[in-house]
Amino acid sequence: MNQRPISEDDLNAHVDGVLEEERRAEVAAYLDGHPDVAARIAAYSAQRELLRSALAPIADEPLPPQLNLRRLIENRRRPRPSWGAAVAALILVFIGGLAGWGVRGAVQPPGAGLAALAQEASYSFGVYAPDRVRPVEIRATDSEQLVQWVSNRLHQPVKVPDLTNSGYRLMGGRLVATSHGPAAMFMYDDDRGQRLVILTRPMQTDQNKPMAPLSGDSVSGFAWADDGLGYGLVGQATPEQLKPIADDARRQMRAI
Amino acid sequence: MNDMLLAIEPQIAALRRYARALVGNAATADDLVQDCLEKAVSHWHQRRDGDPRPWLFAILHNLAVSQFRRQAARGPHVAIDDAGEHDLRQDAVQENQLICRDVLEKLSRLPEELRAVLLLVAVEDLSYAGAAAVLGIPIGTVMSRLSRARERLQQELMGTRSAAKAPVQLRSVK
Repeated sequence: MNQRPISEDDLNAHVDGVLEEERRAEVAAYLDGHPDVAARIAAYSAQRELLRSALAPIADEPLPPQLNLRRLIENRRRPRPSWGAAVAALILVFIGGLAGWGVRGAVQPPGAGLAALAQEASYSFGVYAPDRVRPVEIRATDSEQLVQWVSNRLHQPVKVPDLTNSGYRLMGGRLVATSHGPAAMFMYDDDRGQRLVILTRPMQTDQNKPMAPLSGDSVSGFAWADDGLGYGLVGQATPEQLKPIADDARRQMRAI
Repeated sequence: MNDMLLAIEPQIAALRRYARALVGNAATADDLVQDCLEKAVSHWHQRRDGDPRPWLFAILHNLAVSQFRRQAARGPHVAIDDAGEHDLRQDAVQENQLICRDVLEKLSRLPEELRAVLLLVAVEDLSYAGAAAVLGIPIGTVMSRLSRARERLQQELMGTRSAAKAPVQLRSVK
């Protein structure tokens, strides 16, 4: 018999099913004559199958939006804000803060009504929508957890509207701080990566208010209040595009 | 750009699975995969022709290793995120398969370098040469790690390791 001795490598290759036909037969014959080795190799094969079936469900999960390759490629084409711009923005914020301190007392306290909520929604959009790394704290895949979290913190049941009919998918959400306490923010995006946010929090005043447009420099949106909860929807699309989405969101969020 | 999409997109699910099985936490794993995809897109012109899988897994694996190093430097640390619902064990519970939960839990006890080889070969179907390329080690080392990984995991599954941790460490020193 001028056959090469069966090595541990052959046995592993047998488990992985990558042996050439001839060698496979030799290993099989060897295992027939060595029941103890055969038992170990059978256990390894069972282990392999077990691992594969235990891990298979992960590959079947729907991909979260941030792993959408087309979108990643899209985002890359957009210029990223440079460090210089970030530092400049920080300095401006600092100067603004100093100026604000200088005129403290001179400005009116911010309103508590719908106008304040609309402002907060614009701020949230401005801060979180451009964030590439972690725009949301809890992703859409964990939306149940998200709803529970924000409902607990707002002491009100909050519903996340489904905007897929308008082409916007839920990315996820987070809790944000406002001068009127915690608010829940949900972020959506469409196939082109355009984002919008919905901010909601309990209202002390303006507990029921019809929908009103809000306007900012580069954003537009709508704010309204139903049954003590205020809502602001802000995005980069035109008011004409956002209005039906806001109507849809209002209808869904009211239905608790 | 189209060939890039066609080559990378079908691999994302497997990259996710590898990352999650390697690091054990869904959010961390998806962050790693996102970094991997961004790197793959920006370095696409640097890949060699042929099967893109080893190249993609290598990018992902190197990112995971840097992550492990950062973690080690910070000391043992359980992010609050880890207490969330989406780690491996919980996913397996949703599958309602205790046996799967058991094997994943025991897999997580293997040293990272053994776990990586076993996952690449036995789950992701990379060739031994492919796994060697991903990990940047000789094929011989892949084979010996594969052998040790299977032996260790089998011991864990048979429940013979819990009482025998110290002796096994001594044996590996010899």
